[in-house]
Amino acid sequence: MLSLRSAFRSFSRAPLLSLLSITTIAFSLFAFGLFGLVALNLRNALRTVEERVEIRAFVADKTPVERLIAVADDISKYPEIEHVDVVTQEQALARAKRELGEFKDVFESEFLPASLDIKLKPGFRDPATVRRTADRLRELEFVDDVRYGDEWITQLYRLRNIAGVAGAVLGLAFAAVAIIIIGATIRMAVLARAKEIAIMRFVGATDWFIRRPFLIEGSIKGILGGTLALILSYVAMRALQQYLHLETAFFDQRMAMLGVASGALMGLAGSAVSVGRHLRKV
Amino acid sequence: MIRFDRVTKIYPRSGGAAALRDVTLNIAKGEFAFLTGPSGAGKSTILKLLYMEEQPTSGEVRVSGYNSKDISSRDVSKLRRRLGIVFQDFRLLEDRTAEGNVAFALEVTGVPRPLIPNKVARALTAVGLASKATAYPRELSGGEQQRVAFARALVNDPFVLIADEPTGNLDERATRGIFQLLRDINASGTAVLMATHNLELVRSSEYRCIEMNHGEVVYDSADVKQKAG
Repeated sequence: MLSLRSAFRSFSRAPLLSLLSITTIAFSLFAFGLFGLVALNLRNALRTVEERVEIRAFVADKTPVERLIAVADDISKYPEIEHVDVVTQEQALARAKRELGEFKDVFESEFLPASLDIKLKPGFRDPATVRRTADRLRELEFVDDVRYGDEWITQLYRLRNIAGVAGAVLGLAFAAVAIIIIGATIRMAVLARAKEIAIMRFVGATDWFIRRPFLIEGSIKGILGGTLALILSYVAMRALQQYLHLETAFFDQRMAMLGVASGALMGLAGSAVSVGRHLRKV
Repeated sequence: MIRFDRVTKIYPRSGGAAALRDVTLNIAKGEFAFLTGPSGAGKSTILKLLYMEEQPTSGEVRVSGYNSKDISSRDVSKLRRRLGIVFQDFRLLEDRTAEGNVAFALEVTGVPRPLIPNKVARALTAVGLASKATAYPRELSGGEQQRVAFARALVNDPFVLIADEPTGNLDERATRGIFQLLRDINASGTAVLMATHNLELVRSSEYRCIEMNHGEVVYDSADVKQKAG
C-alpha cells in the first residue's frame, strides 16, 4: 500500500516526464501493433487464399482413367493431402465451358488434358509445401505438367514476413527508447527521494522494499502505455476501414492482453535497470 | 556485543590512504562511549562499519551476532532494525510531521499498522516531544528536530544508539538537553556510541572516551582504567 502510494506520488512529482515515458511506450507498442495488424490481416487474407490453393497435375493423353484413379488413391494417402479429384478430358471440357461461358462455342473437342486436382490440408498450404508436393507429382511418368499459383502465394507470404520484420525492428527501436526514457524518469524519482531512501536504509528497510515502488511505477507506466497503444491501433484500424473501405480484423482479447503485458514488461525492465544503477549512488 | 578485530578500511578512491588502521575495540552491552578526534580521524568510518554501511578492507566487525565477513544484505536490514542511528543533520522528512517521521521507521520495516501509533507516542514521550507530535520539522527548533530523530532511532527499541555528531548543529543549551537525553537513554539499558568534537562534553562526563587520530585509536579511557586497576 505504501509502495503504491509512493509510486503514484512520483507521477505527480514529474508529470511531464511520466507522460513522455508513457507516450514512448505507447508509440513503441503502436509500431508493433500497426505492423502486427498488417501481418494479422495478411494472414487472414492468406488463409482465404490458401483455401483455394490447388495443385493441378496435367496428365499425358491416353493415360487410362483406371491408372489415374489408382494413383489418386495413392496420393491421397500423403499426409499433406486433403483430397484428390480425377478430372477426365470430358470433365475438363465441361468445366471450361462452365467457367468461361462466353467462349463455350470455342470448346468443341476434348483438347483439354485430363488432370489430378489436388487439395492440401490446412497447415500444408504454404509455398514450400505446395512446391514440394508439386515436385513429387512431376516425378510421376504420366504427368506432363504441374500448375499451381505459386507466384502470388509467395508474394503474399513475403509481404506478411516483411510486415512482421518491419514491425519487430521498429517496435524494438521504440522499445529501446522507451526503456531509456523510463530509466531516466526512475533516475529522477530516485534522486527526488534520495533522502527518504537513505532514511529507509538506515532504519532497516530491505532492498526489495526500497525498490518496489519504483518497479510498480515503471509497470504502471508500461500498462498505461500499452493501453494507449491499443487505443491508437484501434483508431488507426477504424480510420483505414472508413477511408479505404477495407475489411480488417483487430487483435483478439488474448493478443490485446499480450500487448498491454509487453508494455508492463518494458516499464518493469526500464525501472529495474535504472533503480539498480542509481540506488547504489544514493 | 560490538567488536572490531584488527580492522583496516581503505576507501576505493582514497589513493591507498587508510581511513582506519588495524583498529581493535570492544563495546559492551549497555555501555556509553564517546568517540572523539579531529575531522578525518576515522570516527564516521567506525560508525559506518558498525551499521555495515561499509565493509572492512581487512579484519572483521561483529555486532550482536552478525559478522561483517559473511553478512547478507537482508541481514544488514535486520541488524539496522536493532540499531538506532542519529546524524548531525537530523535527516527528517520535511513533508511529514514529527509523529509521521517516527512512524516512517516502523512503516518501512513492516511493523503492523495498529501497533504504530502507540509505539510512536511512547518514543516521542521518551524524548519530551509528546506535545509537538503534529508539528512539521520546519516548525521545530534544531534541538527539537534532533529529538524527533532520537525518537525515530528509539522507536524500534535498539540495543545500541549510534549518534554521529548529534550536537554538531545545536547551541549550548540544546546540546546539554540532548546529552541529558542520551544519559537517560543509556540509563534505560541502551548502549550509546556517540561521535563528537565537543571535548568539553566529554571531559565533563565520567563515560568512556575513545580518541582517534589518523585512523588509529590513540587513547581509550577503558584501557587506562584497566591498567590502573
